[in-house]
Amino acid sequence: MAIAKNVVSMSIASTLLAVSGAAFAQKGETVKVGWVDPLSGLMAPVGQNQIKSFQFIAEYFNKSNPAGVKFEMVPIDNKLSPQESTNAVKSLIDQGVRYVVQGNGSGAALAIMDAVAKHNERNPGKELVYLNYAAVDPDLTNSKCNYWHFRLDADTSMKMEALTTFMKDQKDIHKVYLINQNYSHGQQVSRFAKENLARKRSDIQVVGDDLHPLAQVRDFAPYVAKIKASGADTVITGNWGSDLTLLVKASHDAGLNVKFYTYYAGVTGTPTALGPSAAGSVFVVAYADSNMPGEIGKLADQFKAKFNDDYYTLATYHAFALLSNAMAQAKSTDPVKVAQAMEGLRFKSFNGDVEMRKTDHQLQQPLYVTVWKKADAKHPYSVENTGYNFQTVKYYEPYVSSTPTSCEMKRPGSP
Amino acid sequence: MDQILINVLNGVSSGLLLFMLSSGLTLIFSMMGVLNFAHASFYMIGAYIAYTLTRFVGFWPALVFAPLLVGVLGAAFETTALRRVHKFGHVAELLITFGLSYVVLEVVQIIWGRTPVAFDPPAFLQGPAFTVVQGPDGLSLALGAASDAVCQAAKCSRFPMTRAFMMMVALLMLVGLWLLLTRTRIGLVIQASLTHPEMVEALGHNVPRVFMLVFGSGCALAGLAGVIGGVTFVTEPAMAAVVGSIIFVVVVVGGMGSLAGAFIASLLIGLLQTLPLTVDSSVADLVNSLGGHVSDKSTFWPLLRITLAQAAPILPYLLLVLILILRPRGLMGTREG
Repeated sequence: MAIAKNVVSMSIASTLLAVSGAAFAQKGETVKVGWVDPLSGLMAPVGQNQIKSFQFIAEYFNKSNPAGVKFEMVPIDNKLSPQESTNAVKSLIDQGVRYVVQGNGSGAALAIMDAVAKHNERNPGKELVYLNYAAVDPDLTNSKCNYWHFRLDADTSMKMEALTTFMKDQKDIHKVYLINQNYSHGQQVSRFAKENLARKRSDIQVVGDDLHPLAQVRDFAPYVAKIKASGADTVITGNWGSDLTLLVKASHDAGLNVKFYTYYAGVTGTPTALGPSAAGSVFVVAYADSNMPGEIGKLADQFKAKFNDDYYTLATYHAFALLSNAMAQAKSTDPVKVAQAMEGLRFKSFNGDVEMRKTDHQLQQPLYVTVWKKADAKHPYSVENTGYNFQTVKYYEPYVSSTPTSCEMKRPGSP
Repeated sequence: MDQILINVLNGVSSGLLLFMLSSGLTLIFSMMGVLNFAHASFYMIGAYIAYTLTRFVGFWPALVFAPLLVGVLGAAFETTALRRVHKFGHVAELLITFGLSYVVLEVVQIIWGRTPVAFDPPAFLQGPAFTVVQGPDGLSLALGAASDAVCQAAKCSRFPMTRAFMMMVALLMLVGLWLLLTRTRIGLVIQASLTHPEMVEALGHNVPRVFMLVFGSGCALAGLAGVIGGVTFVTEPAMAAVVGSIIFVVVVVGGMGSLAGAFIASLLIGLLQTLPLTVDSSVADLVNSLGGHVSDKSTFWPLLRITLAQAAPILPYLLLVLILILRPRGLMGTREG
């Protein structure tokens, strides 16, 4: 009841504002953003970090943003399940929330995309917009693309594009071993790695391609023995969480001397396990490094001081930058108008000039290849208080990682 | 050759860790008829308590005291909770241990957080125990890390100290447990209570106290495994769930309540988890090499193309199902069903 009352009073307030009809009609409005991600289970540490990140960055944008609106987060635990995510979206709709953000797991992302699309079709005038800040399945902006979905992270194919562009120039890479988790993400990493390497460095031999069960392997020693036997000098892996932590640890124990090219070495828990022994041998491709200059770097320091945790989901910044810029342009917080304004929108974010590509709603942004190294005067940030951090070895402009899309988007109003 | 040796060593060492866990579980089951669902939780508590103790007293005292503390916690749980629900039958006992595993998981997350803690082995256990050197003139072993000069000419594979230590502790434990059960007075009482609790009670022994002792020691063994598993792998809230299901496979395959069976099954499953991972051939490859012809157009291709390495994670569970069908009492079990 209390919630319903709030919504009523809020919508009255916003109607009043709209009636008063200033030049910036949206100014002062409160925009509720529903967050649908895990707060329990295996991925809970990641989800908890990310909701803190969203709330923290919302606070920052509430002080000043182009649209002059206030953002308020409404978190719902989806337990990483597509089914629960659909329920969460329904609950958000009931609470009058018109913007949804989600990131962990492409399965949940697809479910939300579907729920939002169906709702929008059946309830004109009550549309929802879905911002995906971390689910990186390329299908979401290709074969399964949808008008109401906007992706802020670079997808698997884009990251692999940047990673292999970097690897192309590493003359000491001769034999590559692929080890990934056996589900859509891991399979895609493996597929794109093989395709890209064959295209860019046909002399590189792929000496192994393993898929292991997701988050169930305790002992990676057998896999490490296999990598060793293959004679690989480089490992590419899309693993995250304990699957990456244990892999790196087992390699170190067995004296496996290879370079790791990863997607998610910066995610909660893994940096602690990397420690000094992994220095110089673990690379990450991401949209940022540990020592971002300027405002975002200061925010990371404040985040650390406030929560004693690392601010690594910088896409949260993209989310509010994109929304507030689009709202300023649309002069409204109505999702239909904002979605229209977001299409093809160019704006300045923490990693440079970015563009929300109109054809498939995939953010085009610079990518960084970084390496795990000891903190120094120029790179002072200490990730998970290890005294180490991810330092940029190569910065790629958006065009490098941009990949074509097969998306044929159906826009509302068009037949 | 060197790779086979390393793989077998990996399999045996992880099998021995499983034995440390399942020996306690099987003891508790054979004695009290309680299938302790929270057993893996005691494994996790062992790792976390040792992590905390290590910061105050160092690793070696922690290795001794953490299992003892876990044993005390286990004994306390037995006397305060398990014993009370005993009269309501096995389902109630099963459910209370099931509930305990969830309580422990949440409590651990509240105290130590949801992310992994940095529980590193002491300097003595870091680095390799020995190096397998596959040179042109055959296989040799070098203690510690082999020098770079040697490794440049030959292929070197290191075997980590933590795993060697794991094997040693498990073997010591096996011998200790066997001596305790067969050569001491308390061992005789325990063995007698296994089969004839009423008679043992009639002879003036305190059988409930024996139960408490067995439950406590079973938990302490799990705690010991936890300390070693924690430093070798990773100390995190998910560590209990990862070993939880596999130790039940060990106990069922070995035969409920059989210590020797648990030992054999542990080694078997340790090897079963390790060796198939190295084989990248599928049924399709096998058929083709035998002169048959299978391709992606054949029926059942999605099944046929699965390599042994991909199927490896389900093999222990497949074994569980087969054993339950073909030999329900397990490899060394004495009673049916």
